[in-house]
Amino acid sequence: MELFTNQVLAGIATGAIYACMALAVVMIYQAIDHLNFAQGEMAMFSTFIAWQLMQWGLGFWPAFLLTLAISFAGGIIIERALFKPLTNAPVLVHVAGFIALFAILNSVAGLTWDFTIKQFPSPFGSSGFLGSQLISTHQAGMIGVVLVLLLLLFAFFRFTRVGLAMRAAASLPESARLVGINTSWMIALGWGMASAIGAIGGMLIAPVVFLEPNMMGGVLLYGFAAAVLGGLTSPFGAVVGGFLVGVFENLVGTYIPGVGNELKLPIALALIIVVLVIKPSGLFGRKIVQRV
Amino acid sequence: MSTVQESVTQPAAVVAPSKKSMTIGTTATLVVLALLLITPLFVKNFFIFQMTMVLIYAIAILSLNLLTGGSGQFSLGQSAFYAVGAYTAGILMEHFGVNYVLTLPAAALVCFIFGFLFGFPALRLSGVYLALATFSLAVAMPQLLKLGVFEHWTGGVQGLVITKPDAPFGLKMSQDMWLYYFTLFISVVIYILAVNLLRSRSGRAMMAIRDNQIAASAMGIDLPLYKTLAFGISAAFTGIAGALGAIVVQFVAPDSFTIQLAVAIFLGMVVGGVGWLPGSLVGAAFIVFVPNVAEHISKGLSGAVFGVLLFAVIFLVPHGAQTIFGLSLRVRKKQ
Repeated sequence: MELFTNQVLAGIATGAIYACMALAVVMIYQAIDHLNFAQGEMAMFSTFIAWQLMQWGLGFWPAFLLTLAISFAGGIIIERALFKPLTNAPVLVHVAGFIALFAILNSVAGLTWDFTIKQFPSPFGSSGFLGSQLISTHQAGMIGVVLVLLLLLFAFFRFTRVGLAMRAAASLPESARLVGINTSWMIALGWGMASAIGAIGGMLIAPVVFLEPNMMGGVLLYGFAAAVLGGLTSPFGAVVGGFLVGVFENLVGTYIPGVGNELKLPIALALIIVVLVIKPSGLFGRKIVQRV
Repeated sequence: MSTVQESVTQPAAVVAPSKKSMTIGTTATLVVLALLLITPLFVKNFFIFQMTMVLIYAIAILSLNLLTGGSGQFSLGQSAFYAVGAYTAGILMEHFGVNYVLTLPAAALVCFIFGFLFGFPALRLSGVYLALATFSLAVAMPQLLKLGVFEHWTGGVQGLVITKPDAPFGLKMSQDMWLYYFTLFISVVIYILAVNLLRSRSGRAMMAIRDNQIAASAMGIDLPLYKTLAFGISAAFTGIAGALGAIVVQFVAPDSFTIQLAVAIFLGMVVGGVGWLPGSLVGAAFIVFVPNVAEHISKGLSGAVFGVLLFAVIFLVPHGAQTIFGLSLRVRKKQ
C-alpha cells in the first residue's frame, strides 16, 4: 500500500510538470490552432537562461522571476517576428516553422551552454516532505508551485479585462474584433504566457532530469499526451490530463512487469494514439464540426 | 459567422503544384542522370560515399513527398520507417546471411505493412493531429529499438555492424563505387515508379484527397483505402532508403534514427519544394552537404543553420527549389 501511495504521489508531482507543458501547448493551440512542437525546446532554453543567471550569482527565486519575464518577452518576440507573418499559411508551413524553431533553439542552446549534463539546483531541497517518506520536498514544491500557478491563471482569465479579451479572441475572433479587441496582440500575449508557463515547467523538472539541450523530449511528449487526453481545446482538461498521465505513467511503470524506464516514451506514444483514435476531442474538449 | 455550433472551413493543408508541374522535362532529367553517372569516375572515394548518401536521402525525401505532396498527409515520423528498413536489412544480413540485394524488397515489404498499419489510426487524424502522432512515433522509436526483448536481434544500444558487399561479376570497382551505382539504379527505379504512380488513377485519387478531402469522397474516392495506401507506399520507399543506408554506412544503431533524422527529411522536402519530385534530389544534397559545412565552422551548428534556412525558405521561396528552377526556365525563355 505504501508503494502505491508513494507512486501516486510521485506521479502527481511529475504530472504537475506535464500539466504545465500541456497548458502551454493548449494556450498556443487555442490562439492559432496549431501545435507548438518547439514548446519543449522553448522551456529548455528558458531553463538554461535561469541556470546562467544563477551562475552569475543570482539566488534561485530572483533568477526564477527574471527568467519568467525573459521567457514572456521571448515568446512575444517569436510570435511577432516569425509566426505572425504566417497567419494564413497552410498547416504544412506552420509545422515547418515549428520544426525550424525546434532545431534552432536546440542547436543554439548546445552551442552556448555545451551538450554536457548540468546540475540544476532545487529551491526546496530533496529531504522527505514534513519528515514523511512518501514524497520529497522537491516533489511537494513542484505540486505547490503548479497549484499556485493554476489559481493565478484561473483568476486572470476569470476576473481581468485582458484575460477576458484573450478568451474572447480565442473563441470567436471575428466577433472579438468587432467589439474592439486587438486579437492579433492577444495571440502574441498567449505566446508570451505559454512561453513563461513552459519555463516554470522546465525549471521545476530540471533538478529531476538534469539540464541538457535534449532534456525536454520526453517531457514534451507526455505534455502532448496530457493535452490530447484532456482535449486540445480545454485548458482545464490539459491540467487534469497532465496529472492523470503522470500518475498513469508511474503506476504502469511500477506494476506491469517489463515496463520500466525503457518504455517511457513508447507508453506516451501509445497513449496519444489510443486517445486520438478513440476520442479525438479528449475528455473535456469540444467537438469541432467541419463546414463543407 | 455567429453559429452556435462551432464550424470550421478547413483550407487545404498543403499547397502543392498540379500534376503536370510535379516533374521536369525529359532533357533536364537526362542531363541530371548523365551527371550522376559520370561524376563518380572523377572524384575521391569519400565524396562517392557522400553522393551515395545524397541518393539515399533523396529516396527518403521522395517518399515523404509522395505522402505529403501527393496525398496531403503529414509525417514527422519518416525516421521511424527508415529505422525499420535499416534494421530489417541489418538483421537479415547479419543473422540470416541473406544477400544484400534481397534485403531491399524485404525491407520494403516490412515497412509497407508497418506503414499501412500505422496509417489506420492516421485515417481518423488530419493536419496537426497526424503531425503529432507521427512526431511521437519518431521520438519514441530509438527507445523501442533499444528494448531488451529484441536485444538478441537488434544488438540493443550497440547496434549491428554490417559487412560491406563487394562488386559482383568480378568487376574491378571499389566497394564504394559499386554501392553508388547500385543505389543510383534503385533511385532511378523508384523515381520512375513514383512518377508513374502519381500519373495513375491512384495518384489522381490521392491528389484529389489532398486538394479537398470532402469533395474527393463525394466523387466516390475510397478515402480510407487511398490514405492508408499512401502511407504504406511512402513507408515502403523509406524502408528501401533505410536498408540502403544501413548497407552503405555498414552500421545500424538506435541513436542514428532520432527525431533529428525525421527533421532532416522533412526539411529536405520543404527545401526541394513540396510535391515537386525532382526537388527531392536538391533537398537531399542540401541535408547532406549543409551540415558538413556548418560543422566545419562550429560543432552543433547544423541544427541552427537548418532552422534558419527553413525559415528563409518558408518566407522567401515557399515552393522551394521548384521556384528557383521555374525562374531559371522563364529567364531562358525570354532570351
